[in-house]
Amino acid sequence: MGHSKDLATNNITRNNFSEKTSTLGHKALRLEEDLIFELDSPGITGVDFPNFRSKKDKLGTLKRRTKIGLPGLSEPEVIRHFTRLSQKNYAIDTGIYPLGSCTMKHNPRLNEKLARLKGFSNLHPLQPIETVQGALELIDETANWLKKLTGMPAIAMSPAAGAHGELCGMMAIRSALDARDGPDSYRRRVLVPESAHGTNPATAVVCGFKVDSIPANSSGRVDVLSFKEKLGDDVAAVMLTNPNTCGLFESDILEISRLIHECGGFFYCDGANFNAIVGRVRPGDLGVDCMHINLHKTFSTPHGGGGPGAGPVVFSEALASFVPRPWVVSRENGFSIIENDEDKGDLSPIGRMKAFHGQMGMFIRTYAYLLSHGGDGLFQASGDAVLNANYIMAELCDYLSPSYDGPCMHECLFDDRFLDGTGLTTLDFSKAMIDEGYHPMTMYFPLIVHGAMLIEPTETESKKSLDDFITVMRQLAIDAKSGENNRFLRAPEFTPRRRLDETKAARQPVLRWKEKGNAQIKASQQ
Amino acid sequence: MRYLPLTESDRQDMLSAIGAGKIEDLFRDVPEEARLINKIELPDHKSELEVEEIISNLSEKNIDTSGVPSFLGAGAYRHHIPAAVDHLIQRGEFLTSYTPYQPEISQGTLQALFEFQTQVSMITGMEVANASMYDGATACAEAVLMATRITRRDKVILSGGLHPHYKDVTETQTRYLNLNIINRKTDIDGSENLDLLIDDQTACVVVQNPNFLGHLKDLTHLSDLCNNLDVLLIVVVTEVVSLGGIISPGEMGADIVVGEGQSLGNPLTFGGPYVGLFATHEKYVRQMPGRLCGQTVDNQGSRGWVLTLSTREQHIRREKATSNICTNSGLCALSFTIHLALLGEIGFRKLAELNHSKALQLAEKLSELKGLRIINKTYFNEFSVKLPRPASDLVTSLAKKSILAGVPLSRLISDDPELNNVLLVSATECTTEQDMDALVEALDEEF
Repeated sequence: MGHSKDLATNNITRNNFSEKTSTLGHKALRLEEDLIFELDSPGITGVDFPNFRSKKDKLGTLKRRTKIGLPGLSEPEVIRHFTRLSQKNYAIDTGIYPLGSCTMKHNPRLNEKLARLKGFSNLHPLQPIETVQGALELIDETANWLKKLTGMPAIAMSPAAGAHGELCGMMAIRSALDARDGPDSYRRRVLVPESAHGTNPATAVVCGFKVDSIPANSSGRVDVLSFKEKLGDDVAAVMLTNPNTCGLFESDILEISRLIHECGGFFYCDGANFNAIVGRVRPGDLGVDCMHINLHKTFSTPHGGGGPGAGPVVFSEALASFVPRPWVVSRENGFSIIENDEDKGDLSPIGRMKAFHGQMGMFIRTYAYLLSHGGDGLFQASGDAVLNANYIMAELCDYLSPSYDGPCMHECLFDDRFLDGTGLTTLDFSKAMIDEGYHPMTMYFPLIVHGAMLIEPTETESKKSLDDFITVMRQLAIDAKSGENNRFLRAPEFTPRRRLDETKAARQPVLRWKEKGNAQIKASQQ
Repeated sequence: MRYLPLTESDRQDMLSAIGAGKIEDLFRDVPEEARLINKIELPDHKSELEVEEIISNLSEKNIDTSGVPSFLGAGAYRHHIPAAVDHLIQRGEFLTSYTPYQPEISQGTLQALFEFQTQVSMITGMEVANASMYDGATACAEAVLMATRITRRDKVILSGGLHPHYKDVTETQTRYLNLNIINRKTDIDGSENLDLLIDDQTACVVVQNPNFLGHLKDLTHLSDLCNNLDVLLIVVVTEVVSLGGIISPGEMGADIVVGEGQSLGNPLTFGGPYVGLFATHEKYVRQMPGRLCGQTVDNQGSRGWVLTLSTREQHIRREKATSNICTNSGLCALSFTIHLALLGEIGFRKLAELNHSKALQLAEKLSELKGLRIINKTYFNEFSVKLPRPASDLVTSLAKKSILAGVPLSRLISDDPELNNVLLVSATECTTEQDMDALVEALDEEF
């Protein structure tokens, strides 16, 4: 989850108050670092190759004769460059990362080790089936766990991320409607709550649907009356996140599910927040027809600075025959994989979501996570996630302004009413958190409350970590209300870079380094 | 439960601060009939030692490409990854950070993405590139969508030389958008009469180079034809190492270049995660899908980086976004960037040369076999051979001798019996002369 357009109103003020400077711009452990293109030593390379003799080529007329322009660096320079870059990042390894809806929890290192076993990492996706039985078994086992945890009978493992899973699920719904009502079916309207992730409406459109938003009621949930009014025989589906993006369980979920089915539509559940209910509530029991699971959230595969993710989708009986290729089947004589339409039997797969079989590296990590936690651990993990969020909510509700009454699920939502009259915004508050050593929570999302602050601590934070966070948040709230605006407006001050000019970046896009022009603006310039 | 830091007394203290008796009370908004009464039947938690044993046992049931002669390619290639790559991407600050939405504490990820975008632009010969896509196939589908947005036309022509999975994904992803997708049986290279195919309703032509069967095509003429009719030329590259040895798609006049970046820095891992490359002209940047990192300054005037042009994206534009994509392939893009930074100009070109030389050597050895015919006149590190028997039978039979002989085309194209005897083989810097001799000998025994 990210921020919204309010961000463009960044307060960019040139702040020339004196600060001690160093010769090259370094500040002790905060080291300036040029781009690799500016570190170029022509003729140098960081990779040696065995000797070989060139033969007459078979490249036809296409042999490359021009320079590409890549810089030359030795191995030590590359190691130092990227190590320095890494030190400019906040990470879950360094501190609590309370981004609501993003689920930044601890990434177990065992999972990294196992994904790198050569029996997996050197496995080609098109090897003969007999040589990849262990891999297919792992996919099948992971799929079984996910089906059990969700109470759903079918699964597509291949989608590459949450939004990709949404696409897969909504395409299956579209196919099911076309199969049932004929391709001229006029069920083309998809109901999406105002609080939904942006991916939901964007996905519905890619599947040829029109989006109709449904308002929230005063308790932050789908307004069932408005929902009922929106129903009609042109409704294809409802896309609902549950627990929703306000961190609340949709308490009328069974009613909503009954209504959408009665009206002839399907129930898509955005599973981004599945981590709150794992082992306690099965989406299948809520009447969900399909739901994607963000393995990089709920099952702790690393976010890696923005991916890769993995977004398997579970399906109800009604949609099971539309699951995309490929899928693994377990037979008496071993596992096999259905890759082509010729082998699909009676099923009507929507097609193929990506090349090969899906994010295998993420399946290995997920399976390791599932086995490590076990059924009992997963149950405790969702409980602790919800406990931690409610604890933060309870400890901060007198300082910040909670948007809705509790209890919340795995994340708690505040808005900016507590900043009324201070002249400060959610953005200013967030930037001040950075100087305190914290990554801010999700800001300005969901859109249904003003200046949203969505905090998700996850189950992998200790009580000490939560207490420190609470102390800082309280202090900042007190400072904001007592008119100490400079510490907010100037923030962040202790970071490698201060507030960045996002308007300039968008108005005059510079999306790559170029030999001329850029060279003058060296990183060391201060 | 080694990943859970709360003690039982922590939980009690926190519950009393909240004013709840037990954790279950916090779930009171869940309708009672939806709450599980019994725990789901699953095994209890396991020690690290046990998990390692279970998953290692599964990995050992596989025969992997590092232990046996392997000639598999078809869009995924085994290359040597320098040790520094995996070391660096496992730094927690890269591995365990989120999308760089707070730029002041994400300059590491952002600068690396800026370097990635520059490298991708350089090797594809294009002006700009995005911060990566899920994989090559989904990048291809997104390129087609982008072309229909730019041209406001709905006819899409897919060359027969395009990887079957890429066609499949493109057709799947666009099937509800009322596009007119023409799936050509034969390869398109510009030498055929395209007048009947390309018209004023055509948004784009999608070709692959080297194509799926390994052939290299000069696309300059095709690009001219497209250009004359304002049709966009999309060029797909599934083996990115080839760009170190052959003229880039940009130099041949491509409008959008998409590719699979796995070959640089990313292990095979049975098909994913990989990294999709996406590059185009600067003038189309606002129609591009996916994240973009841009250069700017902070309020002290120092150079820095931010995610930019996000008004194209779903989290701002919602149903009007250019794509529904949110996640990119960040860590795989970082592996790509580190590997390519290590290679540099000299290393990248040498890697390409070495790959080609291995393929030449393999072709030379295979051509000694009677009954086998090398189909390609041109190729980079992969080519197709015609066998006297169905390729899948031979592959199965050689697998029993622990040789991964290549990809039988029937695995990917199941509806064309003419291709049953065709095998796609590739050689990379990892392929040894002993591997090649083992393949030749085993095939000889089969014929």
